[in-house]
Amino acid sequence: MVSNNFEYFAPETFDEAARLLAKYRDDGKIVAGGYSLIPLMKLRLASPSVLIDIGGIDELRSITSNGGGLSVGSMATYYEISRSAAVQSAAPALAEAAGQVADVQVRNRGTIGGSLAHSDPAGDLPAVFLALGGTIVAKTRRGSREIAADRFFVDLLTTALRPTEIITEIRFPSAGARSGSAYAKFANKASHYAVAGVAALVTLGADGTVTDARVAVTGVGSKATRAKRTERILKGKEPTASVIRRASDRAAVELAGDVTDDIHASAEYREHLAKVMAENAITSAVERAGG
Amino acid sequence: MVVQIGDSVRRIEDPRLITGNGTYVDDVVLPGLLHLSIVRSPYAHAKITRIDVSAAVNIPGVVAAFTAADLADQLGSLPVGWIVEGTKLPDHPPLAIDTVRYVGDAVAVVVADDKAIAVDAAESVTVDYEQLPVVVGSEEAQKPDAPQLHAEAPENIAFEWEVNGGDWEAAAREAEVVVKQKIINQRLIPNAMETRGVVADYNPGSKQLTLWSSTQIPHLLRMLFSAVTGHPESRVRVIAPEVGGAFGSKLYIYAEEVITGIVAKQLGRPVKWIEGRQENYQATTHGRDHVTYAEIIGKRDGTILGLRCTVHANVGAYLSTFAPLIPTIYFGLMLAGQYKIRAIGCKTFGVFTNTTPVDAYRGAGRPEATYLVERMVDLFAQEIKRDPVAVRRKNMIGAFRRGHEVPTGVMYDTGNYKGTLNKALEMFDYRGFRKEQRAARREGRLLGVGFSCYVEISGAAPSAVAASLGAGAGLWESNTVRVHPTGSVTVYTGTSPHGQGHETSFAQIASAELGIDIDNIEVLHGDTDRQQFGTGTFGSRSIAVGGGALSLSLKKVLAKAKEIAAHQMGVSDSQVDFVNGNFVVEDIPERSMGFAEIAWEAYHAKDLPHGMEPGLEATSFFDPANFTWPFGCHIAVVEINQDTGDVKLIRYIGVDDVGNIINPMILAGMVHGGAAQGIGQALWETAVYSDDGQLITGSMLDYAVPNAKNLPSFELGHTVTPTRENPLGAKGAGETGTIAASPAVVNACVDALKHIGVTHIDMPVTSEKVWRLLDAAGKARPRRK
Ligand SMILES: Cc1cc2nc3c(=O)[nH]c(=O)nc-3n(C[C@H](O)[C@H](O)[C@H](O)COP(=O)(O)OP(=O)(O)OC[C@H]3O[C@@H](n4cnc5c(N)ncnc54)[C@H](O)[C@@H]3O)c2cc1C
Repeated sequence: MVSNNFEYFAPETFDEAARLLAKYRDDGKIVAGGYSLIPLMKLRLASPSVLIDIGGIDELRSITSNGGGLSVGSMATYYEISRSAAVQSAAPALAEAAGQVADVQVRNRGTIGGSLAHSDPAGDLPAVFLALGGTIVAKTRRGSREIAADRFFVDLLTTALRPTEIITEIRFPSAGARSGSAYAKFANKASHYAVAGVAALVTLGADGTVTDARVAVTGVGSKATRAKRTERILKGKEPTASVIRRASDRAAVELAGDVTDDIHASAEYREHLAKVMAENAITSAVERAGG
Repeated sequence: MVVQIGDSVRRIEDPRLITGNGTYVDDVVLPGLLHLSIVRSPYAHAKITRIDVSAAVNIPGVVAAFTAADLADQLGSLPVGWIVEGTKLPDHPPLAIDTVRYVGDAVAVVVADDKAIAVDAAESVTVDYEQLPVVVGSEEAQKPDAPQLHAEAPENIAFEWEVNGGDWEAAAREAEVVVKQKIINQRLIPNAMETRGVVADYNPGSKQLTLWSSTQIPHLLRMLFSAVTGHPESRVRVIAPEVGGAFGSKLYIYAEEVITGIVAKQLGRPVKWIEGRQENYQATTHGRDHVTYAEIIGKRDGTILGLRCTVHANVGAYLSTFAPLIPTIYFGLMLAGQYKIRAIGCKTFGVFTNTTPVDAYRGAGRPEATYLVERMVDLFAQEIKRDPVAVRRKNMIGAFRRGHEVPTGVMYDTGNYKGTLNKALEMFDYRGFRKEQRAARREGRLLGVGFSCYVEISGAAPSAVAASLGAGAGLWESNTVRVHPTGSVTVYTGTSPHGQGHETSFAQIASAELGIDIDNIEVLHGDTDRQQFGTGTFGSRSIAVGGGALSLSLKKVLAKAKEIAAHQMGVSDSQVDFVNGNFVVEDIPERSMGFAEIAWEAYHAKDLPHGMEPGLEATSFFDPANFTWPFGCHIAVVEINQDTGDVKLIRYIGVDDVGNIINPMILAGMVHGGAAQGIGQALWETAVYSDDGQLITGSMLDYAVPNAKNLPSFELGHTVTPTRENPLGAKGAGETGTIAASPAVVNACVDALKHIGVTHIDMPVTSEKVWRLLDAAGKARPRRK
């Protein structure tokens, strides 16, 4: 449990970090909270020769909200996110999920940027990011681009981020009136990662029917995935208990053939948990939307 | 402050530990210190065809590399310290010679200037293996075509052991009900907070070898180290500095202790080895791992007539130091529990497999026995449709103060089992709960209650008895009380605490007896150059045996002090009383001398009774005539989530009787931690091997250690039935929680699912197991494709 040798930089500005990353490219790695990267290095599954610690760049920590939506700095920790009044009111599912990550130690250091960039198949925030339709702002030394949630997660531990890009901020659009979001998780008793986690965002129309729904599942397959069948069943209907149940029963359809089967849960049981968590998340999202 | 026995004195050791001022093995830094890293087998069973360390030794910073062949003349076989009749004793080389038998078996070592270099270098040692077939299960290993681990042990049987008490045939003739159940007591990983570690320092001038080791048994380790390596015991010093937990896993001599010591001697430089967590999961002993076939027989009126079982106990690839003791004496002899069972039988097979060696883990045999008894009693009650509490009460042994012999041949010391049951029920409100349970079920909520009435064997001591049962060393304890000329006191104990708070409890006993301020008492332990000998700390023995030795020394010191006081005050011994730390002449309170004054006189020696030696200290060796037998009743309440199958423990009541209580706060801490581990076994913990012998639960990412978030606040109570086996009347309290908790929790889970016909669930009761039971009964959330 000792990592290979590496060089360590702690830049104080974003420009300096971006310059270092451009310089070392594939040999360099950004380290944020370190709670995914350092274990990998200790197991020698990752051996970057240069670490660029972005923890000292203050501008990456801010959390702000305005009419246009919520902006969360990539270095905001789970703890800060779960306790932020702005997040609690604009994106309750995000606060809820961040508050359920692992334990206090991890929540105090782990960051939203690290969680999304790492894209652990059982990570909590990827599902929330998908359900809330967030956007990643990725910057290099030269410029910046935005990556929509639906295009971000590519495969197991693989994202659309390029080696020289640094996530600076994550934006969440304003969900509008009569919207509610929630996250429900069945935690692994050992790691506390999600065996199955579901995030849901529901918007209701004036007549009480669902005008929009976004539901995403984590922990069940190789990456966080939208449950589009579930969303489709919800849309246009009044979200009664039986409609929610019927919709939740489709929560793992998109993951067919890709459901994890391990000592913690068989594929069959994971699928079942996805349905239960979907039902729980959608039910509270609807309640929060005022339904 | 002078404190009394029974006070909740705050732990003396805590301020230094929580402010980072403790010295653990890894804190020991010596000039020129080298770091050792171990090359371990990635295969569960293989022949070693070639080892090449040349690439490793060429790395800058690497000092040396060794294989078994390089150290052959100094590395004997690791010994077994408890041997039941017929035990097979194949060689257990500290470094594998030509065969590896489990993943993690040590193959070679590399020593370097720095830890990272040592780890890098260990990776560049090339070992060629020829893989052999693997067996991981204790039943599979006994099959005729199973791979054989050791030529000396046909069918992989390390030992066979049996106890039969009472007349089974007669009991069976009377029986109206027979219930049989296969029960698995799964394999566990002890998970001490501090992993193991060793620092060895050899002085070529004095030929003295000092070993710092995170161990529970410094003196036994010194003795065994000497036996294995041939280095004279008198020239070995073992220091157990702060030890961050052990739970039985540091109660042995380990390969790394021997290797690190010998390598330091060979190189003439101090060497450190610190175990990593994943390494710990492979290289430090595991616990439990029984597959048991059990049978209980009785009458429809609730009378239990007999209990018997066959146990296939997995001992892993080699016999660890106390492995033969655990599934035999500490298990089979405990199968009467708290009940008047007429006939009891147990047949144990200790079986070699390609897995990490299995030995004592907190409770060691007694959790297995209690789980079996308490599970079988519940199965019996369920079969005859009677209340589990009523069945327990009907069969319970009545209160006794002068010993009670059970069919397995052991003699319980004192007991009042209905006392702890009644007290626990008082705290619980059983009738109210059953009402709530019925109402909840109507609302679709599943509640269950489980009971566990246990008796255990503590205070490992009677050396002659233990020897007759297989112990290879005496189990007495020793103590020295040294009063310094100015009146402060040092207590030297042979026990070796690793979280139990002996520095507080032992000081508390001395303060109470001597009537002096507890701040003037220092308790020293864990250093073979300070204590003449000691057996160490395990099996809830320290207060019962070590505390007994302390009491004897205190009495000797007081007797001598009193003689001096009487002499100096010019009266006879019988006229002097010892009151609140002062020697007072009977009926003349103004004529008195303080304890410190006498201490001074003892050393000044200007006016001692004729022929008396100067000084004031006493050493005692205490070897009681029997073990001690704590008991109690624990109650668990669970709620099962019907959607997920998840089990939530919502109430936990523990009533223990550990005899006289020295420090109630420390006792509560012991019960809390112990119960958490027992609950962990019931619900979460399990070590899983793949068929090819890889440890799948190889880190805390996959092995679920209990955490506070998933536990309720424990409700604890006590009754006090002192033992007569030691001067303190204390029975020992280190393991009661672990022993009691697992059956209470599993019984509660079964109770919550009784209405759908569930009678047994193997541990851990995971949410998936429960969901499958609910699903099979059509009670889970309907499944749709
Ligand atoms: C004991 C334990 C339990 C855990 N339990 C959970 C859990 O229940 N739920 C859960 O979701 N997670 C869990 N985690 C993972 C935890 O959430 C990690 O903190 C998170 O996944 C990574 O965030 P980090 O800030 O620590 O990132 P790091 O480990 O520092 O980095 C992770 C990866 O992201 C890259 N990266 C980091 N920041 C940026 C950036 N701004 N731009 C570009 N790339 C970046 C790094 O280069 C690295 O590849 C657990 C971790 C541990 C150790």
